[in-house]
Amino acid sequence: MAVCVAVIAKENYPLYIRSAPTENELKFHYMVHTSLDVVDEKISAMGKALVDQRELYLGLLYPTEDYKVYGYVTNSKVKFVMVVDSSNTALRDNEIRSMFRKLHNSYTDVMCNPFYNPGDRIQSRAFDSMVTSMMIQVC
Amino acid sequence: MEGLTLSDAEQKYYSDLFSYCDIESTKKVAANGRVLELFRAAQLPNDVVLQIMELCGATRLGYFGRSQFYIALKLVAVAQSGFPLRVESINTVKDLPLPRFVASKNEQESRHAASYSSDSENQGSYSGVIPPPPGRGQVKKGSVSHDPVQPRTSADQQEPASPVVSPQQSPPTSPHTWRKHNRHPSGGNSERPLTGPGPFWSPFGEAQSGSSAGDAVWSGHSPPPPQENWVSFADTPPTSTLLTMHPASVQDQTTVRTVASATTANEIRRQSSSYDDPWKITDEQRQYYVNQFKTIQPDLNGFIPGSAAKEFFTKSKLPILELSHIWELSDFDKDGALTLDEFCAAFHLVVARKNGYDLPEKLPESLMPKLIDLEDSADVGDQPGEVGYSGSPAEAPPSKSPSMPSLNQTWPELNQSSEDTAIVHPVPIRMTPSKIHMQEMELKRTGSDHTNPTSPLLVKTSDLSEESKINSSVKFASGNTVADGYSSSDSFTSDPEQLGNNVTHQRSHSGTSPDNTAPPPPPPRPQPSHSRSSSLDMNRTFAVTTGQQQAGVVAHPPAVPPRPQPSQAPGPVVHRPVDADGLITHTSTSPQQIPEQPNFADFSQFEVFAASNVNEEQEDEAEKHAEVLPVEKASDPASSLRVAKTDSKIEEKTAASAPANVSKGTTPLAPPPKPVRRRLKSEDELRPEVDEHTQKTGVLAAVLASQPSIPRSVGKDKKAIQASIRRNKETNTVLARLNSELQQQLKDVLEERISLEVQLEQLRPFSHL
Repeated sequence: MAVCVAVIAKENYPLYIRSAPTENELKFHYMVHTSLDVVDEKISAMGKALVDQRELYLGLLYPTEDYKVYGYVTNSKVKFVMVVDSSNTALRDNEIRSMFRKLHNSYTDVMCNPFYNPGDRIQSRAFDSMVTSMMIQVC
Repeated sequence: MEGLTLSDAEQKYYSDLFSYCDIESTKKVAANGRVLELFRAAQLPNDVVLQIMELCGATRLGYFGRSQFYIALKLVAVAQSGFPLRVESINTVKDLPLPRFVASKNEQESRHAASYSSDSENQGSYSGVIPPPPGRGQVKKGSVSHDPVQPRTSADQQEPASPVVSPQQSPPTSPHTWRKHNRHPSGGNSERPLTGPGPFWSPFGEAQSGSSAGDAVWSGHSPPPPQENWVSFADTPPTSTLLTMHPASVQDQTTVRTVASATTANEIRRQSSSYDDPWKITDEQRQYYVNQFKTIQPDLNGFIPGSAAKEFFTKSKLPILELSHIWELSDFDKDGALTLDEFCAAFHLVVARKNGYDLPEKLPESLMPKLIDLEDSADVGDQPGEVGYSGSPAEAPPSKSPSMPSLNQTWPELNQSSEDTAIVHPVPIRMTPSKIHMQEMELKRTGSDHTNPTSPLLVKTSDLSEESKINSSVKFASGNTVADGYSSSDSFTSDPEQLGNNVTHQRSHSGTSPDNTAPPPPPPRPQPSHSRSSSLDMNRTFAVTTGQQQAGVVAHPPAVPPRPQPSQAPGPVVHRPVDADGLITHTSTSPQQIPEQPNFADFSQFEVFAASNVNEEQEDEAEKHAEVLPVEKASDPASSLRVAKTDSKIEEKTAASAPANVSKGTTPLAPPPKPVRRRLKSEDELRPEVDEHTQKTGVLAAVLASQPSIPRSVGKDKKAIQASIRRNKETNTVLARLNSELQQQLKDVLEERISLEVQLEQLRPFSHL
């Protein structure tokens, strides 16, 4: 179960960030922010090859004792960052990938909405409900 | 209070309202009675009303003086337009529409704060509260047609009996000022009413009345006569719509829209229409939407690109967030463009929102495009009606239609993910319930109706097997599981026979049901790796056209090993070619035999479908969920048909006996079932299938015992019944065998999966390295 989900725009400002309410949200915001460095590092390292060859799923960005942070970047340099609880050992890589896939799909739906201006905060209810489902259920 | 500047129209309107409320002519209106009624009719939340009263100073004074009243009315208009309530907003808000009040006669009236009504309505429909001015009848006295409806108008000042008269009594100038008022804000749009082809949203306060007296507005109510240049949202949302009026108003060039919304005519119409479905689009509304669509995109089958739609809907002055949500709801296939249906749904939602309805979280069913058919979206709207056909007694079909849209929803998502080539994941094949398929389904259903006079019967069969089939199909309908082998397998057990029913009606199988050029009933495939490849083979064979299906059907039966009843041996061979001809031939026989004949067709055709089902089940599991839908859909009419057909005990029992015979039949076919049984015990998940199967067999065995006594009835009917029984038994035998084989394959696949998962687990520790 993800405790925090964030969508970061290309310019590294958040389009959407949501944390499980029980936690100290600021801490998660900080973790996401620090993870951006790792994301950039991974992108640049892999980006030597053609962009097409770059895998969208970045995998575990960095672990802390309590949490693990996963990253995913789209071809338009929009980053998804997900923080999961380390205690949830049942969470497999595939599941994380599928969660990112869902995120990506929902994000695409949001982008398809002509009333959404890229760069705006994401306020789509459908996106919200999808993220809620990811955060609530045990993935 | 600061000075309040009112336009002429407002002045007149307010003075009328004041005199209406000021029954005692004391120039002061106590905050009770009429005033409260008036404010309640404004359809504002209570706190807003209180705020208004506070702002205008009435609470301070304890009563509404004329100025307070005017201020209050202005604030009502402000609130109704969605602007925040501030004291300064009274004068600063430009283009403020006149406040609307709705008679609170009944709930419906209040809901539809329809501001206008076409002339015919207007002419008299003053819903109670509003004094004549709004009602302009301006002119068309002719539109008295709604007079009978008038009685509702309670206004003392109005004369319900002669609505024609009241308009005359109303200050004659107000309509004019009204129009002027409307024209003012329109500013550049003044020519609008008549000119302007393109759609354009009149700013909220404007009614485009294509020549009609612009009345106000008030957020989108009845669109002016269906001229191309309309716009203002005018529909009273859900149920009946003002559009019904419009045809009448077309002739009236000077339609005057009553602010008194909810014209009684409207209300009555509303009541008569299906009120229980608030999101239904009436024909007139739909016509209007289609016209608007045409102005953007002349091709009705084409798409409106997102940018054009954005401009169009932005004119409605709804907040972007809401428009965004409406778009999310209505763009069903998430392609960034609106088809005609999506556009109508979106438009309808906008209209509803303008009228004060909250946007739903999910698209209401009546607004959903039932079929995602990229070829022909224009007819999609008709499909829902057809989908909900009356002929199907089983619960499955109704449950199917809600499931279809939901399944449709999953498909677009899946497809979308496939667009991104970098995302690596299995993309299920999109088996859209295409129109073709739906048409076939409908044909089948209608065919069943024609051929079987008893089809509408909702026979509550005591046959557990049938119920279980229906239940399982319903279960599947509700679940959108993707590639869940278990769920699909659940439906499989029920599908064969349901599909068999389906086929009985039509020779042509739905395009999605795979063709049965399958090799002879799939022999058990013990090798774990074999099942997948075999399914792939099946896929290839499925690519064959339906034309070969019958040949395959014919080819299939001969491969069946000896039957339990040797007497039936010649029967099936003879039968199948006949069966291949479809139900039609059977039903061409005498009506007396109809009850039995459908049975013939049914069960003998089971094999056809059984074969087709075999092939289907062998397909890749990932596709199962998608395919089961067409299968399920095919099965639903089939099941309904079966249910309908089993109106006679005999038929029931023959149906029941069929699976029982199958069970008997399996024993001679020793090899396949044995491994199946072994595996069955080991697999928990498959137990339900086993139970189902055993249940059927148990029931059938019991029924079989009683069966022999039945055919003792008289004459050739008996023989016909016996023949049908034989055929049914044969069919059942084959089906049961197929079923067991399929189950075995399923188990193979499951074992593979388990082994793969184990491997994955082992490899996982190394994944992060």
